Amino acid sequence: MIVEIEKLTKVYLAKQRVVALEGIDLELKQGEIFGLLGPNGAGKTTTISIATTRALPTSGRVRIKGIDVVKHPAHARRMIGVVPQFNTLDRSLTVFENLYFHCRYFGFSHAHAKSRSLELLTQFMLSERRDAYPPQLSGGLAQRVQIARAIAHRPTVLFLDEPSAGLDPQSRMAMWSAVEGLRTEGITVLLTTHYMEEADSLSDRLAIIDYGRVLALGSPEKLKATLGAHTIFDLKLRSRDGLEPLAVKLRARRDVTSADVTPGGLRVIAASSEGLLPDLVQAAAGHGLRDLQITEPSLETVFIELTGRDLRE
Amino acid sequence: MNSFRMKIGKSLKELLDMFLRDLEALTRDLDHRISGNPESISLEAGIFFKAFGGLFLRDLRVLTREFLPFVARVGMQPLLFLFVFTFILPRMGNGNPMAVAGGVDFGTILLPGLMAVAIMFSGIAGVALPLSSEFGITREIDDRVMCPVPLWAVALEKVCFSAMQSIIAALLVIPMARYIPAVPVRAEVHHWFLFALVLVLASLLAGSLGLVIGSTVNPKQIGLVFSIIVVPITFLGCVYYPWAWLDKISWLKYGVLFNPIVYISEGLRAAVTPSIEHMPWWAIMVALFFFTAALGRWGLKGFLGRVLS
Repeated sequence: MIVEIEKLTKVYLAKQRVVALEGIDLELKQGEIFGLLGPNGAGKTTTISIATTRALPTSGRVRIKGIDVVKHPAHARRMIGVVPQFNTLDRSLTVFENLYFHCRYFGFSHAHAKSRSLELLTQFMLSERRDAYPPQLSGGLAQRVQIARAIAHRPTVLFLDEPSAGLDPQSRMAMWSAVEGLRTEGITVLLTTHYMEEADSLSDRLAIIDYGRVLALGSPEKLKATLGAHTIFDLKLRSRDGLEPLAVKLRARRDVTSADVTPGGLRVIAASSEGLLPDLVQAAAGHGLRDLQITEPSLETVFIELTGRDLRE
Repeated sequence: MNSFRMKIGKSLKELLDMFLRDLEALTRDLDHRISGNPESISLEAGIFFKAFGGLFLRDLRVLTREFLPFVARVGMQPLLFLFVFTFILPRMGNGNPMAVAGGVDFGTILLPGLMAVAIMFSGIAGVALPLSSEFGITREIDDRVMCPVPLWAVALEKVCFSAMQSIIAALLVIPMARYIPAVPVRAEVHHWFLFALVLVLASLLAGSLGLVIGSTVNPKQIGLVFSIIVVPITFLGCVYYPWAWLDKISWLKYGVLFNPIVYISEGLRAAVTPSIEHMPWWAIMVALFFFTAALGRWGLKGFLGRVLS
C-alpha cells in the first residue's frame, strides 16, 4: 500500500471544540486514482492536510510508502505533491520560474530543473505562457500550472484538494484529462471533490465521508450497485385526472421504489429501467404525455442517501 | 535610460547565474564530502542544503528583479537624514539653534545610528512584510512549507536572506556619510572581526524581529505595527545619541535596555566610530546574542503556529 491512513482523528480546540475527523481508515494502492467525496465540512481537507504534513492529527497515523508523516515530515514531503484548494502559486515568479524553483527546492540541479520545467510546460500546454505571472492567468490555466508544479519533483502520491472548484466546464475537462494523464506516469492520486460526475468518471475507487467518518468505500460501480442508486423518471402530463390510481398501480410493481403525483405530472423512482419505460409511456399516454425525463443511476443519489439533504454551512 | 536599465538587468542576471553555478558547485562538493557517511544521512544533509539553497535563490531572484526599488527603499531615509542634518543645517549659520543642537560631531554620531535604522527597516521589510502577505489570502507560503526540509529551515532561510539585505543596507550608509555631510564622516574600523560580527548579529536580530512581527501580527494590522512598534523602538533605540549621554534621564537610560535596537546602535558605534562613548563590548555581544535567540525562538514558534494546524 502506498498510502495508509489508520484511525485518524482530529479535534480542533480553538474557540470551540470541533471534531473534524472521527477515525478515518483508508488505504491507497499504487497507481490508483482515489476519490474522497463528501459535503462541505465532512473532513476531506483535514484528511489531506494531515497526510501532506500541514496539520497534526490528534491521534492515528498516516504513512506514505511506509514513512510516518508526523515523525518524518521532511522525508515524507519528498514523496508528496499537493494541489491545494486555492491558488498558491508564487506571485513574484513567472510560470516557468514557479516550476523551476519548485524543482530547486527539491534538490534538482540548475540544468535538471530547467529541463524538467520546460518538459512540464510542454506537457501541460503552458509553453506560450511561460513568462506570465500568476495573477495574469485564468483559473483553469493557474490550476494546470499548480498540477504541473505539484508533480515536478516526481512524487509518488499526488493530493488534489477540490481541483475543479471554481473552474468553467472546459477547464474542468482539461483538468480531468491532465489527471487521467498522470495514470501513465504511475502516480497515485488522492482527490477530494463534491462533484459527483468528477468522482464517478475519474476515480478507480472512492470513499464517501461525512462528519469525519467513512460512510462507504469501493469502486463507483460497486457503490452505485449496492447502495441503491436509482433511475428517476419525471413525466410531464397534460391531464392529472386519475393519476393517483395509476401511481398506486405502479407502486405495486416490484421494480418501482416509489411513484408520486407531482404538480407537473408523475415522478417514478425505480431500481432498474428494464421493461418499465414502455409500460410507463403506455400508461401515461392516456393522460396526455408531453415530456419524459430520465435521470440515470448516479453517485448523486447514493451521496444524498448517505449524507442527507440538509444544507451544510 | 532604457538601455541603462537593460544593462543593469543583464549584469544582475549574469551575477545571479554566476552565483547559481557557485552554489551548485558548493552543494555538489558537500554531497561529495558527506557521501562517506551512511547513505541515508548523506541524502538528508544533501537535500537539506540544496533545498535551503533553492529557497535562498528564489528570494535572490525576486530581489534582483526589484533591485533598484530595493536600493531606493533602504537608501532614501539615511540619504535625507544626512542631507538635512549634516549638510543643510550646518550651512544655516550660528543663528540657527538646530545647527548647534546636533553639535559638530553629529554626523559621526549619526553614522552608526543610521546603519542601525537601515538594518532594522530592511529586517522588517525583508521578513515581516513578505510573510504577512504570504500568510494572508494567497497562502503562497504553502508551496515553500512543502519543501523537503524541516519547517524551521524555511523560517531560518527567511531570516538569513533578510540579514543579507540588512548588511547591504548598512554598508550603503558608509559612503553616504563620507560624501554628503559638510564635514566628511569616516568610518574608523579598528577591529574588522568585531565589526563583521556585530553587523551579522545585528542583521540576524532584525530578521528575527521581522519573523516575530510577520508571524504573529494579523496581515491587516501590519501598517499599524510600524507606527506603534517599529517607529518608537527606532526613535528610542539610541540611534540619534549615544546611550552614555542619557545620564541625566536615568529612567530612560535603564528603560531602553529592553529595546534590542539599542544594542545594534551601540554595537555599530563601538565598531565604526569608537571615539564616541559606547557600551562595553562584552555587554553588547551578550545582549545581541540574547535578543537574537529570544526573538528567533518567539518568531519560530509563531511561524510554526501559522503553518501547522
